[in-house]
Order: sequence, then structure tokens, then C-alpha cells
Amino acid sequence: MQQYEKTPVLRIADADANGAFASGLEYNPPVRGMWNIVHMGMLVPEAHQVYACAQGCLRGVILTAAEMNQLDRLSWISLTEEDMFNGTLETSLVEGVSEIIEKIGHHPPMIPLFLSCMHLFAGCDFDSVLSDLSARYPDITFVDCYMTPTMRLTISPVAQCSRQLYMGLKPLPQNPKAVNLIGCDRPTDENSELLRIIRGAGLVLHDLPLCKTYAEYLQMAESRLNIAYLPTAHAALDALEKTLGIPQLYLPARFDFDGLRENYRQLCDALGIACPDFSDEAAAADAALRAAKETIGETAVAVDYTAVSRPFELAKLLCEYGFHVKYIVADAAGEDAAAFAWLKENRPDILLYSPTNVNMLHQHEHAPEKVLAVGQKAAYYFAANRFVNFVVNGGYYGFAGISAIAALMQDAYRNPKDRRPLLRHKGYGCDSCLLS
Amino acid sequence: MKQTAKIIPCYAADTSGVCSALYELGGMIAVHDASGVNSTYATHDEPRWETVQSMIYVSGLTELDAILGNDEKFIADVTAAAKDQKPAFIAVCGSPMPMMIGVDFDAVAAEIEQRSDIRTFALHTNGMHSYSEGASEALLTVAREYIQPPANKIPDGVNILGALPLDFGNPAEIPAIRAWLKENGFSVISCLAAGDSLEMIAKAGNAAVNLVVSYSGLAAAAYLYEAFGIPYVCGVPFGGAFSQKLADSLRHAAETGQPESPCTFRGTSGRKIAVIGENLIAGSAAAQLGLMGYEAHLICPLPHADKLLMQGDSDAASEEEIEQYLAQMQPDAVIADPLYRFILPKDTKHIGLPHYAFSGRCFERQMQNLTGTNFEAWLRSAQ
Repeated sequence: MQQYEKTPVLRIADADANGAFASGLEYNPPVRGMWNIVHMGMLVPEAHQVYACAQGCLRGVILTAAEMNQLDRLSWISLTEEDMFNGTLETSLVEGVSEIIEKIGHHPPMIPLFLSCMHLFAGCDFDSVLSDLSARYPDITFVDCYMTPTMRLTISPVAQCSRQLYMGLKPLPQNPKAVNLIGCDRPTDENSELLRIIRGAGLVLHDLPLCKTYAEYLQMAESRLNIAYLPTAHAALDALEKTLGIPQLYLPARFDFDGLRENYRQLCDALGIACPDFSDEAAAADAALRAAKETIGETAVAVDYTAVSRPFELAKLLCEYGFHVKYIVADAAGEDAAAFAWLKENRPDILLYSPTNVNMLHQHEHAPEKVLAVGQKAAYYFAANRFVNFVVNGGYYGFAGISAIAALMQDAYRNPKDRRPLLRHKGYGCDSCLLS
Repeated sequence: MKQTAKIIPCYAADTSGVCSALYELGGMIAVHDASGVNSTYATHDEPRWETVQSMIYVSGLTELDAILGNDEKFIADVTAAAKDQKPAFIAVCGSPMPMMIGVDFDAVAAEIEQRSDIRTFALHTNGMHSYSEGASEALLTVAREYIQPPANKIPDGVNILGALPLDFGNPAEIPAIRAWLKENGFSVISCLAAGDSLEMIAKAGNAAVNLVVSYSGLAAAAYLYEAFGIPYVCGVPFGGAFSQKLADSLRHAAETGQPESPCTFRGTSGRKIAVIGENLIAGSAAAQLGLMGYEAHLICPLPHADKLLMQGDSDAASEEEIEQYLAQMQPDAVIADPLYRFILPKDTKHIGLPHYAFSGRCFERQMQNLTGTNFEAWLRSAQ
């Protein structure tokens, strides 16, 4: 391997699960499927987002909304140098939001008001801003939200936004027949065992991506249990337990058969129902993986962290089925540290690539071989037109999810696609003017 | 409030202007920011990002480094990246947070230069100003750093100053301006900064005249005028009549040695048209419309030169101010980016002219090349 001051690639045997690569300047590859806080904010029906920050930061959020064809659901207040020093930080926010409300001509039920790093560093009194606005517009729920990437090591922007978007919920009498899915940015596959258990128990499932009206959103407060499967949902689960007293159950999206069975046992215990036997579903997942391996053969496989929340666990599962997993694009192991350790031990030559190292700039120009990629960043860096195109598990879960992903891998192998228009689409699954 | 918008976007910021101006010159640009400013640039402000790689990176500033004022991390990271990538130069610039904590970019640049032995300069952005200002400082810096004093004056030699994809979103437009210059008997020495290397730009001092095609190129033009006596002419060759006027102006300026601004021509009668956009570009469109018999005025929400804003033009910048100006002007038609449609007076004809620095990728397939008589053809089809 070429010698670098800061290497972009390591054998997994030589990598640290907590952070494989030295931090440094970062490259931003042209891969846009991951959602940002604007995409997430649009999930609350009828809400109108307001961002207050500097022009350089505003532009990205505004054009996210524009590309989604939802510019009419977002407004902004720009900050100048003077705002930081002239003592009007709070009053400018109150007056700016008020002006926006008057101009849009109706009162949205909820305004997520996003502050920036600058507000936090300047000591903005956000409580007084929200209090003043609430007094002025008692029919609108103002929710404090944050576009504060400088603080990302304290809490990630996605986890923080995910939490705050539920802060508009107000206590309701508990409905023993209702449960929530928390922290998802897209509907979960109805064919998943998770949803089949919930539906089969006769329960009402509330899930933000399924809400069509603000009233449906508010109804989430009635649930007896909050369920989540993405690691970015922890902050929301904790906050909802504290504010609404709804207990939480975290059932991570696993790529491990025993782990999934344990998830279902926990879910059924929490719901007080008998746990179904999912042998047929497990057998179907097993068959789907074998079929995919038969098709894909010895072609090298690359997996990246944007595709699934546990990339190392998916890589381990694929290795166990004989797939030739050679490359993983990820900085560190999160929840799947055990799978990372297994790969270190059993597949030490897998190459781990940094998603952002500056020396990845030209990686796509000299991809080492034809690969089947699972995820957009792997597709870009390995110049793969054979790739599975989704982000954050794509709504797949459980044995059915494993079957679906195996089928998608098989399809990706058989049907190469032009990656460029797919990778540049901002917010996978969202509407986009680039497609019209 | 001037700083509030119900619906229209804001223009690209100064950091994007810096990156866009330096994109093709072989340098490394390090933006000191957590992430958003650079990802916005890469996604929405840079049409070349997917096809041409450039060493433009973000520092990934963290809360702890910001609070502790840990400039050393930034300096060390830039130096390490430069050692790996060997850029022709290094430019460092900032975003809102470094402004908040008072990062001294000149000192940072000096330190990086000492450690890397690569020419390093600071560009003083903070993400709170327009792309035009960032690009202007970047192009001026390139001119000062790299353009050599004239050695062999080329009598018909011309430089194009201020050519950025942010303003010329159709990839055919800058080459078309080059071709138009050649058709009119000029030799293009360099284009600052699209399509030419630093080596080409170094020879720019041999030009007889400079063609400034956007506000971003004005400061560099003024510097070259002062340092080497090269006159400059402001305008973009839109339309048959204005292109002719511009070519004549270039020849005249080369003879007299005095700057000229034909893009300030305005018609005084005819149907009223408002053109919203960049000072010299939208100004040139207004000038061509004047020559076609319209009373056209410029609304420039971006930085502008006072002498390039004429009576009847406006520097309205906010959503509210633009609405007020249009209500007062009562134009028959407005030429503006499609995303301005939300704030135009009812019953006013809107002729969409996408501007990358405003709507980014949203209308990339409708970006126009209005060079020469393309302008008239576009206007006919748009009306």
C-alpha cells in the first residue's frame, strides 16, 4: 500500500473498532442519499420549518427543501456579524419568526425552529425565544431544534433532530392497544416480522413516516410502548420516556439470526403475547442468501456504513454464507463491535476504507476490481454500477429484511444501473426535482 | 426584516465563491468548518464536483477544538494533507464558527506555509457574505500572486475575468465567450478562473485589455489596471447588438487604455422589464434589452459596483425589498431565476433564467448559454 501521512485504508486486522483512521481534513464524496435534518423535519405533517443561521449554512437546507419540491414548508432568518454582538439575538429571532408566520398567511400547527452553532456559542436564550413566541401564537407549537454540527460529537445531528421532532407531542390518556415505532425516517417493511407481530397482536402502530396529518402525529402520545431499531433513536426513546412516561424497547436491526430471535422474544414479552415461530422466515432468509451467493459467486463485495446501521454484522453474515466480502467503507464499529472483532479474527485481510479521508479523492478512478456494492458510498468509491441502492436499512428488518437485501444484491448483480443519477439524488426516497 | 425570507433561497456564500474560483488551479482549499458549509458547496454550488476532482476539504471543526481555540489541529491537518497531495498552493478560509472564536487565518496560513513549504494564503470568508465577495478576494489573490508583469504584450490579447460556473451554469457558455472573442479578432490569453491552469494565468499580464464578466472579476481587473496598466471592459456578450457594442468597447479600451462599462446601457422607453441577478451579467442582459427597444432595469440582490448600477436599477436584496421594488416598478415582465416566481407580482410575466448561485442544481438542465444571438432566440422562445 502507498504510504500516507494519514492513510485512507487499513486491513481490518490492523484497525481499531473505536476509530480506525486518524482524524484530519475531510473529503465530501458526491453521494447524497443520506437524509439530513430538513428531510427529517418534513416528516411532521403540516409543520413549517424555520432555520436561523448564516448564509453559508442556510443555503444547504433551503436547497434541500427546493429539491424536494417543498420550498413552501421552510423559511429562514439569516444571521450577520452584527447579530452576534449587538444584543438583539433573541428579539431578532422572535420578530423574524413572527414576520414569517404573518407572511405565510396561515398558522401551521407546529414550527420546528432550528438554531445554529453560532446561537449556542453566543449564549442565546432559546427558552425565552420559545416562551415569547408561544405567548404570541398560542395555537402554534414551537419546538426547539438544532443545526449544530460543531457539537456533533456530543450528539449527532440526526439523533438530536429525531428526538426533537417528537417534542411536539402532548400527553394523552394511554391506549393499551397502541405502540409507536420511533426514529424511523421511512416506513418499515410491512412484511417484516416486527410489524407482523405488532399487527398480529391487534395493535395500532404509530410511526412518524406513516402520519398523514398533524392529528395523527399527536396521536403518537397515546402509545403504551415505544419501539426503535436504529441507534439514532436512543435519544428520542429516552426523552419520550421522560416527558410522556412511555417505556422503551430497543430492538436493533440485526443481521444475526439468533439476535433476531432474541429481539422477537423481547417484543412478545413486552406485549404480553406468545412469540410466533419464525422458522419458515429464517429458512427463507437462509435460502435467499444461498441463492444470492450462487448468482454473485466470487465477485468481490463492498459494504458501507450508509446502507445499514450494522455494516460489520452484515459483512459477517455475508462472509458466513461464503460471499467474498473484501471491502468495507466505515470509520468505526458502533453497535456491531462484536462483528467487527469476528471479522478481524476470521477475515483479517478485509480492507477498511475511510469514508472521508482526503486521500479517497481519486479512489473511484482506480477501483481495484469489479465489485458488487451494498450502499451508495461503496458504489461511488468502487465505481460500481452493480450496487444495492438504499440508506439506513431501507426500511428492511428481520429475516424478511435479510431475504429482501439478498434479493436486492442478486438483482444488483444481474442488472447494473447508472450510478450517477442515483447517487446525486439528495435524500433517498424523497421527491426530487432532479428526477423530473 | 431584511434578513428574513418566507420562501426564496439565499445566494451561495463567500466560502463557495472561494472554492469555485480556485477549483481548477491545482491548489488545496481547506474550509475551516464543522461540515455544512462544505457539503452545501459540494452538493449545491459546484457543478464540477461529480466529474472533476479538486482538493477542496473541510476541517471538521469540533466543539472542543472551537472552545479551546485549538488552531494547531487545523494547521497540522492541513499540513498533513498537503504532504500527501502536493498541491500547487494552499488556501485556507473560514465559516461562521471560526469567526465567532476569532481564528487568525493569516497567522494560520503563515504557519502552514512554514511547515509545508508550499505557498499558503488566507481568504477571509465567514459564510455570512455572498459568493461574489469570496470569489472576488480569491481571484484578486491569484492575480497578485501569480500574474507576471508583462513581458511580451499581445496587441489583441485579452483575459476573461470572473468566469465561474456559479454564474455561468451552462458548461457551454464560458467556451462560447472565448469563441466570441476569437471571432472578434481577440486572442484569449487566460480565463480567470475556468478552463486554464496557473501557468496560463501567469501570462495574463501580456493582455491589451481585460473582459470582466462578473463582479467577482472586478477587483482583479482593477489590480491589473493599476499594476500593469491593462484596461478593462465590463460586460457579457449577450445578444447581437450588445455583443457588438461590447466588442467595440474592448477595441476602444485597448486603444485608449481606459476602462469602460457598456453593461450600464439602459433603454428609456418601451415595455418595462426587470432583470434580477448578478451585477454585470443581469446588467448585460438589461443592456441588450435596452438595445432591443425595452426599458429594462436591473435588480441586483448581490454585491455590486456603484458605477454599474444605473438610475432606475435597484440593489434590493431581501425578499421584502424586491417585492416592494417590483410593486413600485410594475414591470410587464421579470427575467429571473425560476425560484423567484413565488414573490413576483400577480399577472406579471415571468421569464425564467436559472442562476446556479441561486437555485443550485434545481434547474441545471435549463441553464442557458445566452452568448451572441442565442439571447434573442432564448427570449423569443421564452415569451
